[in-house]
Order: sequence, then structure tokens, then C-alpha cells
Amino acid sequence: MNKPLRRVAIFCGLLIFALLLRDNWIQFVEADSLKNDTHNRRVQIEEYAKPRGDIIVDGKAVTGHTTTSGSDFKYKRTYTDGPMWAPVTGFASQAFGTTMLEGVEDKILTGDDDRLFFNRTIDMLTGKQQQGGDVVTTLNAKAQAAAFNGLGNKKGAVAAINPQTGAILALASTPSYDPASIAGNSTQDSQNWTKLVNDPNQPMLNRALRQTYPPGSTFKIVTAAAALDNGLYSNIDTPTDSPLPYTLPGTSTVLNNEGDIPCKNATLMVALQYSCNTVFGKIGADLGQSKMLAEAKKFGFDSTTDTPVRTVASNFDSKTMYPSQTALSSIGQFDTAATPLQMAMVAGAVADDGKLMQPYMVDQLRAPNLSVVDQTSPKQMSQAMTPETAQKLQQMMENVVNKGTGTMAQIPGVTVGGKTGTAQHGVANSALPYAWFISYAKTDQGSPVAVAVVVEDGNANRDDISGGGLAAPIAKSVMEAVLNK
Amino acid sequence: MSSVSNTTTISSVGAPNRRNTELLMLLFAVAIPVLAYANVGLAKNGSVPAGMLGYGLGLGLIAGVAHVMVRKFAPYADPLMLPIATLLNGLGLVLIYRLDLEPSITTKALGGPRAPGQLMWSALAVALFVAVLVFLKDHRILQRYTYISGVAALLLLVAPMFFPAVNGSKLWIIIPGLGSIQPGEFAKIILAIFFSGYLMVKRDALALASRRFMGLYLPRGRDLGPILVIWALSMMILVVETDLGSTLLYFGLFVVMLYVATERTSWIVFGLLLAAGGATVVGLTSPHVKVRVDQWLNPFAGIAQHGATEAAQVMWSFGSGGVLGSGLGQGYSRLIGGIGVKSDYILATVGEELGLCGLMAILLLYGLLVERGVRTALAARDPFGKLLAIGLSSAMALQVFVVAGGVTGLIPLTGMTMPFLAQGGSSVVANWALVAILLRISDTARRPAPAPASSPDAEPTQVVRL
Repeated sequence: MNKPLRRVAIFCGLLIFALLLRDNWIQFVEADSLKNDTHNRRVQIEEYAKPRGDIIVDGKAVTGHTTTSGSDFKYKRTYTDGPMWAPVTGFASQAFGTTMLEGVEDKILTGDDDRLFFNRTIDMLTGKQQQGGDVVTTLNAKAQAAAFNGLGNKKGAVAAINPQTGAILALASTPSYDPASIAGNSTQDSQNWTKLVNDPNQPMLNRALRQTYPPGSTFKIVTAAAALDNGLYSNIDTPTDSPLPYTLPGTSTVLNNEGDIPCKNATLMVALQYSCNTVFGKIGADLGQSKMLAEAKKFGFDSTTDTPVRTVASNFDSKTMYPSQTALSSIGQFDTAATPLQMAMVAGAVADDGKLMQPYMVDQLRAPNLSVVDQTSPKQMSQAMTPETAQKLQQMMENVVNKGTGTMAQIPGVTVGGKTGTAQHGVANSALPYAWFISYAKTDQGSPVAVAVVVEDGNANRDDISGGGLAAPIAKSVMEAVLNK
Repeated sequence: MSSVSNTTTISSVGAPNRRNTELLMLLFAVAIPVLAYANVGLAKNGSVPAGMLGYGLGLGLIAGVAHVMVRKFAPYADPLMLPIATLLNGLGLVLIYRLDLEPSITTKALGGPRAPGQLMWSALAVALFVAVLVFLKDHRILQRYTYISGVAALLLLVAPMFFPAVNGSKLWIIIPGLGSIQPGEFAKIILAIFFSGYLMVKRDALALASRRFMGLYLPRGRDLGPILVIWALSMMILVVETDLGSTLLYFGLFVVMLYVATERTSWIVFGLLLAAGGATVVGLTSPHVKVRVDQWLNPFAGIAQHGATEAAQVMWSFGSGGVLGSGLGQGYSRLIGGIGVKSDYILATVGEELGLCGLMAILLLYGLLVERGVRTALAARDPFGKLLAIGLSSAMALQVFVVAGGVTGLIPLTGMTMPFLAQGGSSVVANWALVAILLRISDTARRPAPAPASSPDAEPTQVVRL
């Protein structure tokens, strides 16, 4: 009987061998993908098993942590002034994941980043708990407060940058939400989450980076830059060739201005001061789509930006348009759409003599022992226009604030340039228009701040909605906050 | 035993009985779980657990008593099986204790802490182990009970049908107020006894008196009868009790023993065909089995809709353990949840906390145990002993394969427990008894032949004076 016995022995050996092979497959070959599977709760447990690092503004943490009991997760995120900082921090929720800086810099905050390997190893050897690093932002607490409080109960967004570096100084979006209310994984957190997700006002939408609005008249800055850069007009004080009324090329549609304003053959200076649709619409049509598109792209349109939180791309149509559509696009209507950050970049490029800086909101990434693991250095994105063009535009924008539509943004003793915008939207422009204001302030050391404000207010009286009325005061207080710092 | 061919160890020169080797290895088999126990305490509470001394003494006592009794009643028995069983049992106790420290799977509804009960069952199991060694002087005595065993096995297999199903499978005999026993674990031993006795008698008829049909030797109907009855019964158990694992175990056991007894490969073909046919039909018709098969094929399906299945959780446990594991007490196999964490899924905890290395070591221990059993079968001098030893060993191998294969996702999951390791009284008692029988057979096989009686013919003729 021994021959079959030996065969059975081999068979039993093969059974064990098959098990060993299978075990190697799941615990070695597939191990990493199983281990990091998003549904594998260990990922979250590990993440919340140690306190996260902090997000720091002006040397003070706007985040914190607290311990929880009766849960898989030991530490829970807390936020100081959560709603105000939500567009910057995003949330780190035990139940719902992470977004914005909490998401992009998650590995630094949890301490899992490769750059913290050395710290981790030391912690492991000395038996200390792994610690998370800190994210030091470029934001300015006073400017942020000014922006958030300025928006108040209105729906809208503010983005402010330092034109010389691209550092983001304020990033507000209203209505906002408190990330602390969804940081845990309790029933209450779930209810809060459901409420936020189903809220028609989209409180969790980061309007400053992730929502595009028709920029309306504020886009005329880009159009003016295109006209000057391309030599269509070289002097801002000589009359343009602009009929009034202006019939859109190839159509019988007449483009109108808001009110009875002196736009016939107006100079660029006057046209911007009064925000003449006819002048800038014709410039757009005269330059043509390709030149307008090229100019818009130099300002950052049609591409996303990583701040490092990724923005949505602002849009100037690259698909073929009729000249009439190009004309409308050039006054910030038709398909043209921009994020508030994009428009702040436009104002910033003008203020900084045509240099467009890469916007960023993370200044440093810091290891738990406060050593700097990454320092962002300002980077130029493009030369949006020639310095001469920029200086001409500065004169025009300062003129708008001095005696045009933007007088509400005047700051005594400070040079301020700005542009209002009131963007029509909705079917047959029936929806309440968006009020825009973009501006910059200038001192003798150059411009420390450029800001874009958009207000979409369903409660306001339609006639009151104008960039100058609703948005300019907010821009002014943000600029003041930066200047008085 | 240097030569494989010389497996019949009839020799009057006493082979070393290896009892001291066994003792040395038993020391390790006790020390390793005790250290593991300390490890759990340090990881979970930062201190050596209070019960460590008691636990160490308990395990040491169990091992010590078993060793002394083997020394006395089966001095020539295989020296590896007892240490392996002790080590696995000890590690099992540690793992159950470790899982008892997780409140979410140690609720009152789930039976509270399981380690104390398991320790008690282990003690009981070793008592039975000793009883088998003491009272079963010769394994051939079992041969007398061939048909009684057949009936007993049948009763044990059928009994659970009359009790309510637990978790979809009818595997338990529930005695109100006392608890439940899983008769299947005992049935595998008693079935092996029945098959051995039956096949020893019938092997020649089955092997030789056959007709050739399509290249296969088919036995006569009257010899085939009991075999088909067994097959039909195991299929019936599968259908009624919806337990794929047990069916695979019993039927596999049967085919292996039939093959060994008759030395005819055709039996394997025949057996596999029957098994495959039966399993396919049941897999397609039984909803319970179907669910298991679906979960096996797609463990991660439907997570978005109704959360992760236990199968998915088990996979994550294994994956998260990686090569070296998280360390005892530092894994999250409690996430598997439900009632099976300490029993059916205990290997997931091994995989996560001891890693690939630990789990391979455990699997190799089982492999070693099985191969020692096969070795015993090779060494046994009587056909009954050979058949019984190979039957018990292959039952162990099949069970390990079905359970570990099921948990690791190699085959569909079935409700059986890992011998010695998993929580479950019936399982630990039955497997210690199984090892006792194997030790008894191996003792008989390796025992030196008694010195030949002095032959009167060899003596010089004596003159008898009258």
C-alpha cells in the first residue's frame, strides 16, 4: 500500500503548498493595494490614530485636535473660525475624507510624507508617537476676516493675492460651513453632512477657487491689454474708432451700454472709466478670437492652477466663435467665465507691471520639529503684457477709482486701481446679475495686494447690484487690512 | 529510518524512542505561546497580563501531563505530533485571548470572552487524549467496531438536521442550557475508522473483481453499493445542512482511503467526477452556497451599496498584515466583525498580526503534522493501521486546506474551524483525540519487535537422565 501512500503524501504537500502560494499572493503581491484600499477602514484608523499637524496662518494654528472615545478614531480635527477658513483648510473628517489643504497636504499633516521619513524613523527609534507636520500658509488673517465679514450674509467670494509674489492673502467663500461639524463620525456628523450636501446654497463649494462666474466688465482689463499689446491702439488718451450704437458684426443685434454714457469714439481711458461695452466689444471683434484667446491665456485663462489646491479653469472659448460672440466674450459675457482668483490674478498682473506670478497659499511645509521641509519660492507664470501696457492700464484703473465707477474703493493716501463689473447671466439675463470688483493698492514699494470680489446676491434689489455698490467696499476693506498690517 | 523503503521498522534493536526530543520541543511549544501572551498584554495594555502565570502553568501542565502519559503509554510514538499540537493549541489560546480584548467582538450577544472556555476545553481535550492512550492499547481494537462506527458516524452526520440552523449552516447539535457541539468534527474520526475497517476487508474485491469499462475499472455493484451510499449521504448533508466544507472533507477522505486501499487511480477519477458533479449542482441550487461562491469570486462587490462583506474585510486583514505583520495585539481584525472572528476567521488575525511569515509558519506546522501522520501510515505494519493513519492525516490536511483556502480566498469559504487554533470546543477535543490515535498507531509501528523467544532447536541437545 505504500505507493499510493506516498502519492497521497505528495498530494497533501501540494495542498499546503497551494495555501502558501495563495498566502504569498495576498500578503505580498497584493498586500499594498489591499492595505491602501480606500474602503479599508485601517487607512482612516491609522490616519486618525495620531494628532494631525496644523494649518498655520500668521503664526497661529487655525486647526487643532481633540481626542474622542467610543470610536475607532482616536483624534478628531477641530477648527478655529471654521467657516471663515473653510475655503483654505477644507475639512479632515473621520467619516468623509479630506479636501482642500487638508486633502492636498494630507501626508504632511499625518506625518506619512516621504520627506518626513527621517523624523518618523527617529520617532520610531525613540518610541515616540508619529507626529504630523505643519502647513504654513501665506494667508493674512486680517484680510481674510475683512473678506469674510464683508461678504456677511451675501453669497459670494473673495480672492486676494500679493501681486509681487503670487502669495494668496485671502480666500473667502460664503455661505460657508464649519468643517468641525463634520469632522467626526457620529450620527450628528452624518446629519450635518447630509444637510450640507443637500443645501441648495452649496456651502461646501469653494467659490474663490472652484466656481467660475461670467466676469462681466472686469474682463475689459484683459481686452484693453490685448488692444495695447497688439498695437490696435497705442495711446490711451486718443479717441478710439467706436460707433455708438455698435452693431455686433455679422448680426443686426445692437450692443448697448448701461445708461447714457459718453462712449462714442471714447478714449480707452474714458471707455474704462464709464465701462463702455461698445468700445471694448468692438476691440474684441477687431482683434479677433485668436488674439483675444492668446491674451486671456497669458493671464491664466483656460488652465487649472495648483495653489496647491487645484482651481477650476477659467474659460475664454477656444472653440470657433462668430465675431459677434468674440465681441461679447471680450466684455466678459457669452461663454467667458472666471474664478475670483483668476480675476485677482488679472488685477495683480496689471499692478506688478505685467508680471503674472503663480498664485500659492502654502509658504512652508514644516516637520514636527519645526524644521522646514519645503519652502515655496515665488515663481513667475507669464508676462501677461508688456510693462508699458501695464503702466497704461494702471493709469486707466486708477482713473476708474478716482472718478469712474469704482469710487467706493478709494483709500485715502493710497493709490488704488480697480474695475467694476456687473455680469448678466441666466436665460435672457433674467437671473440677478453678479456684482464684481477687482482692484489693487499700490505703495512706494510696489503693490502689496490685488483683490477680486464677486457677490451673487439673491436678496439684493436688482438696481443695487453693481460692482461699485456691493463689491467695492469689500475689496476696499481687504486692501486696508493688508496695508495696515 | 535512513532508508525510505525500509519503513517497516521491525527490529529487535531498540530504536531511540525520541521522548527526550519531544520534551525539549514541548518546552518551546509552551514557551512560544507564553511569550506571545506577554506580547499581547504589552501591546494592548503596556503591561504583562496578570493571567500570564496561570496561563503558562496551565499550558505547561497540559503539555506535561500529555508528555508523561505518552512516555508511559506510547513510548515509541512519533516525537513531533505532541509538540506541534501543543504549540498550535497554545497559539490558538493566545489569539482568542487577544481577540477577547476587543470589546466590539466580545459582547454578551457574541458570548463574551472565549479564552477561558477554550482553555477549559483544551484541558478536557488533553484528558480525552490521555484516555485514548491509556485505554486504546492497540489501534486494531477499533477494527472490531467497523460497522458500529459506520452507524455512529451516520447518526452524528444526520443529527444536526434536527436542530435549528446557525448562521445558515446546520452543523450543530444544540443541547439547551449546556451549549452546542459540532458532531462533524467527531464524525471525521469515526468515519475514518469505518472506512479503514470496511476497506481493509473489501480492498481485494474492490481492486480485482472489477469490469473494464471505457478504460476504467468499475467495481461490481455489490461492492460499489456502500460507497454510493456514502456519496449520496454526503451530498444529502451538503444539501440539507448546506455545508460545502464538510462534504468536501468527508468525500475527499473517502476517495483518498479508497485509492490507498485499492491502489487504483480510476477511483480518484470516479470520485472527482462524482464530487464535481454534486458540488456543481448544489452550488447552482442552494442559495446559501451560491452566496458564498459569489463572495469568493467578488469579495469587493457592492461595498458602496451595503458595506464591506466579511470576505472583503478578511482580505484587507491579510493585506494590511503584509510580510511581517502588525505585531500581536496591534491589528484590526476585529473589523471583520460578526461571530466568526475567533473561530472561522482566526487565520485572518494570524495573517494581519503575525504577517506572511507567521501565517506561513503556522501552515507549515500543519503541513508537518500531516506529513508525520503520513509517515506513521507508511511505517504502520498492518493495513488497518495504514488506512486509519492515512485517513486521519488526510482528513487533517483537507480540513486545513478547506478552512485556510476559504479564508484566504483560494476556494469558497465554508463554515469549518482550523484544527487546534480556532475557538470551538468540539474541534479542539476531536483533534486531540485524532492526534492520540495517530500516536497510538505510530507507537505500534515504531515499537521494536519483542526479542525472539529462545528456540529449543538452537540449544544443544540435552541428555535427560531418567
